[in-house]
Amino acid sequence: MSENLNKLNVEQIRKDFPILQRQISGKQLVYLDNAATSQKPRSVIDAITAYYEGYNANIHRGIHTLAEEATDAYEGVRETVREFIDAEQTHEIIFTSGTTEAINLVAYTWGNANILPGDEIVLTAMEHHSNLIPWQRLATERSARLVFIPLTEDGQLDMVEAKKLIGEKTKLVAVTQMSNVLGTINPIKELAQLAHSKGAVILVDGAQGVPHVKTSVRALNVDFLAFSMHKMLGPTGVGILYGKTELLNAMPPFQSGGHMITSVWREKATWSELPWKFEAGTRNIADVIASGKAIEYLSALGMDNVREHEIEITKYALNKLNELGDITIFGPKNATLRGGVISFNVDAIHAHDIGQICADAAIAIRAGHHCCQPLMRDLNVMGTARASFYIYNTKAEVDLLFEALKEADKVLGHVACR
Amino acid sequence: MSLADDLYRETILDHYHNPRNHGAIEHPTAQVEGVNPLCGDELTLYLTVKDDKIEDVKLTAKGCSINTASGSMMSELLLGKSVEEANQIVDLFKRMMLDKKEEVELPEELEDLEALRGVKKYPVRIKCALLPWNTMLEGLGNVLKSPLP
Repeated sequence: MSENLNKLNVEQIRKDFPILQRQISGKQLVYLDNAATSQKPRSVIDAITAYYEGYNANIHRGIHTLAEEATDAYEGVRETVREFIDAEQTHEIIFTSGTTEAINLVAYTWGNANILPGDEIVLTAMEHHSNLIPWQRLATERSARLVFIPLTEDGQLDMVEAKKLIGEKTKLVAVTQMSNVLGTINPIKELAQLAHSKGAVILVDGAQGVPHVKTSVRALNVDFLAFSMHKMLGPTGVGILYGKTELLNAMPPFQSGGHMITSVWREKATWSELPWKFEAGTRNIADVIASGKAIEYLSALGMDNVREHEIEITKYALNKLNELGDITIFGPKNATLRGGVISFNVDAIHAHDIGQICADAAIAIRAGHHCCQPLMRDLNVMGTARASFYIYNTKAEVDLLFEALKEADKVLGHVACR
Repeated sequence: MSLADDLYRETILDHYHNPRNHGAIEHPTAQVEGVNPLCGDELTLYLTVKDDKIEDVKLTAKGCSINTASGSMMSELLLGKSVEEANQIVDLFKRMMLDKKEEVELPEELEDLEALRGVKKYPVRIKCALLPWNTMLEGLGNVLKSPLP
């Protein structure tokens, strides 16, 4: 890999991603929509084909070579994930279909068993709908109350308020590790301490954080961590739920059916031990196996190097985009306080128009509410445009984005009546 | 010609920068809200209909360029028309935007709307162009349901 150990060799990395060769209307693709989903390296794509061509079989209980190979590969990834997030035990890693399913699993099992009328669930004003709606439904069903930690002017959690809001009634603190809109990286360790000091449990939505920041569940001391492989070089359809053993053991199963049982009678059944208690039915074997390759790829680069690259490109982008006089950039101004996600509006131009003009320049960004409608309301915008970076993005690509935004401002800026 | 040239043609940009009939009517015959949940676009349509004729139409819109321009063009074209004529124009425009099999021809008096034909190439944006028109259909329907005394 790179000769300079502290830097990513971006040119070399780009060669590993077939899609980055893609031309759109004769222009080289510039992919800046990584917070929605990342692109996939050749090793991940090949792993899917290798499974289907070489050892496709259902896992567990199959007494034949293919089933043994598939089981070994699938369970091997569990250990790869454990190591990646520094969990204590391999059985604390549950494969789900994504972050959303992982959070729903906790809401429906732990939540139903533990949230009582009058209890409080503490969220933040920057949560993605996936870490909001499950708790809304739970709170309604259990007559519990949702409490929201507000944000400071520059889009960070107001920790003074957090200390007041996390109290004796708090049963759960559910918070994102990194905002998918503002890029803000939250002080998870401090929030975990606050939650635990009140006897509450903390769940972290790591969908944006884990792909970009070295994450140790033990160092942070979180109780649950949910994240998605497709945002970190892996395929779609695989999420991870990490949970502490004692919590997972005390929880009832989520979905039930095949594979999550030990013994079944006509009228009753007993549950498998961890982690299989939570993995009913045939899982997404091929994509779990390919997810292992994604983690191996990131581990080989080193998550500290990934982070350093993103700070550098984010710092560059914040400076460059600010050269456009008409731009509003949301979130912390300091690149070390945020991930590689930049949400912005240019003049009063609708975000979809900005997205369209970027698309015309073969630049993929996202535009809209980013599944954060309450936050959009707080920011007093209908939506924002959002560029998000990953390991293969370059400063030259930021420059192309800048040119496209200049064009958008020229064509559609200076709106008369809104 | 670049892709965006289809969308951001002169006519569209003109209506986008200076939307016609922008504003509200204090005592309208009909007032309808239109929402596009996917983009969060919102508009309010005000109609004054007297003796079966659209005497006044106003729009306040929070939306993208296509949405704003489409609403502006619509308001210009439908002002002064009878409810039935207006319904026919809306119907024709919707067919032009939605018919995948054949190109629906527009009469000369509606030629401004040609500028929006290019939006058809961008399926996700068609709903932006249609929002004012669908809202108008609802407004015209309300007028028919509760005619003035």
